[in-house]
Amino acid sequence: MPNSTQKPSPGHFVAPLEETPLVAIDSVKTDGKPSNLWIDAWRDLRGRPMFWISSVIILLVVVVALFPGLFTQTAPNDNCELSNSNAGPSEGHILGFTRQGCDVFARIIYGTSTSLSVGIIVTVLVFTLGILFGAFAGFYGGWIDAVLSRAGDIFFSIPYILAAVVIMSVFSSNRNVWVISLAIGIFAWPATARVLRSEILRVKNADYVTAATAIGVKRFNILWKHVLPNSIAPVIVITTISLASAIVAEATLSFLGVGLPSSVMSWGNDIGQAQTTLRQAPQVLIYPSLALSLTVLAFIMLGETVRDALDPKARALR
Amino acid sequence: MARYILFRLLQAIPVLLGTTFLIYFMVFAMPGDPLLALFGDKTPNPALLEQLREQYHLNEPFFVQYLYYLGGIFRFDFGVSYSGQPVTEILAQTFPVTIRLAILALLFEMIAGILIGLVSGIRKGGIFDASALVVSLILISLPIFVTAFLGQYFLGIALGWFRPTVGAGAPIQDLILPALVLASISFAQIVRLTRSSVIETKNLDFVRTAYSKGLSSKRIVPVHILRNSLIPVVTYLGTDFGVLLVGATVTEGIFNVPGVGRTLYQAILKGEGPTVVSFVTVMVLIYLVVNLLVDLLYAVLDPRIRYAK
Repeated sequence: MPNSTQKPSPGHFVAPLEETPLVAIDSVKTDGKPSNLWIDAWRDLRGRPMFWISSVIILLVVVVALFPGLFTQTAPNDNCELSNSNAGPSEGHILGFTRQGCDVFARIIYGTSTSLSVGIIVTVLVFTLGILFGAFAGFYGGWIDAVLSRAGDIFFSIPYILAAVVIMSVFSSNRNVWVISLAIGIFAWPATARVLRSEILRVKNADYVTAATAIGVKRFNILWKHVLPNSIAPVIVITTISLASAIVAEATLSFLGVGLPSSVMSWGNDIGQAQTTLRQAPQVLIYPSLALSLTVLAFIMLGETVRDALDPKARALR
Repeated sequence: MARYILFRLLQAIPVLLGTTFLIYFMVFAMPGDPLLALFGDKTPNPALLEQLREQYHLNEPFFVQYLYYLGGIFRFDFGVSYSGQPVTEILAQTFPVTIRLAILALLFEMIAGILIGLVSGIRKGGIFDASALVVSLILISLPIFVTAFLGQYFLGIALGWFRPTVGAGAPIQDLILPALVLASISFAQIVRLTRSSVIETKNLDFVRTAYSKGLSSKRIVPVHILRNSLIPVVTYLGTDFGVLLVGATVTEGIFNVPGVGRTLYQAILKGEGPTVVSFVTVMVLIYLVVNLLVDLLYAVLDPRIRYAK
């Protein structure tokens, strides 16, 4: 065969470009929209009914808290008639009356802002303390980590509701939304700090951090501009869920009688006051409980869907 | 292993000192004279007051007082309740009831939680899985006192399956409903934890190997998948204990279970500050010890932990 001695052309060994996996690399669109974790997460969230349901509930709760007057004509405390005590639903009072003869629906509507403000103040506090402690402990390591992490362990070892019970017993005369939020938040931050710390430990050895160090970026700027933005995702998730826990904590403390004074309208107070008439008038207890649980459910649902959207591994688990 | 135990024990010391100091600091900030409260409306004899002050070391500086308090804790002396009964004595009476309630709750949440989580994980995406996810999400969202009242009203009063409150002597059949309520949140968490852990494990190589060897699902599911999925559940039990302690306070209060939790609950309701503090201290100490034990157990289960340091 004459061809057997002929050397094969280089093309014989190299597959045409169209047939190799290299096409995948070559065909990356450079003019397409840039994508990152947050854009991907948003694209993922948009398609989830759980996300929309929880968002709508939370939006509703926020609107009710800001403008309670839009939802009920009844002033929550003025038109209480003892003759209506524990009465069932009637015209204009769709959920009936409390033992003091106040409108249950109006009290739920006006109690919303209490729960929401405690939730928000606690969350801001927990977020700030958690980031301060977690970021410095994780990024700087060494003795800073040792001191901050042991401090976190100490606060973590006292279940925060029990700690809040002690603090609120101390502030027996001067209880308001700020004091109760402080009492809850001051012991609730270590969980957030721990999550951030371990995430930073993972991120801080990444190549882009080494690169930033190599070109002489200051340590603090590396933490602030590169490490923190890349490790904040799990903190956002745990913060959303901690908002729900803060609302539960406020309600539990008020229910126990060491929360807000009974003059403040709060779901926890209403549930606590209704417990004595559980047999005769269960609805007085059940409706505020429903409002409380639905709000908590919405925040937990939002936290979970956001977590799934941010974590590709969790996405695979669904 | 011995090194790990020693390390973990040493680590517990600053935490123990820190927590007791924090609690004591909060008490020290408490307004009003604790001794005057003992006398109620009466004006006490100044000499007697001075003697009591001396006896309780109230004239000493804050830090010395803390050391006396710490010394008391090491001698299992947690002070005296409002009624004049030593806290240790109350603990001896009420603790067995709480232990019984906690064991019932733990049994329920572990057996039912792990089983349901396992089935859900194996049949991921099915109807059973979907409903387990929805139910557990709802249970997590219900604050414990809401679950307690719902259980008390619907199962206790409306349906009459259980007695709505616990009778004298706290017999086991009366404790079932409070235990179910107490377990509810942790049960839901265990279902979710087990489920995701099972889903992760069942796709691992060694499970595939087991199937390809021709082993039956009957053997693979409990032996290969379940056993390897349980480690996160065990760690969860440690942190869960804090939830259980707070939960016991509320549930025992609502169902009138004569345990440690109800004593704390009533002290809180009556505003008996010092008693509240004593009981919170005891609970925090128990919590610390349990977490220590869980950490050690974790090291036994997972060799990576004990050789890490």
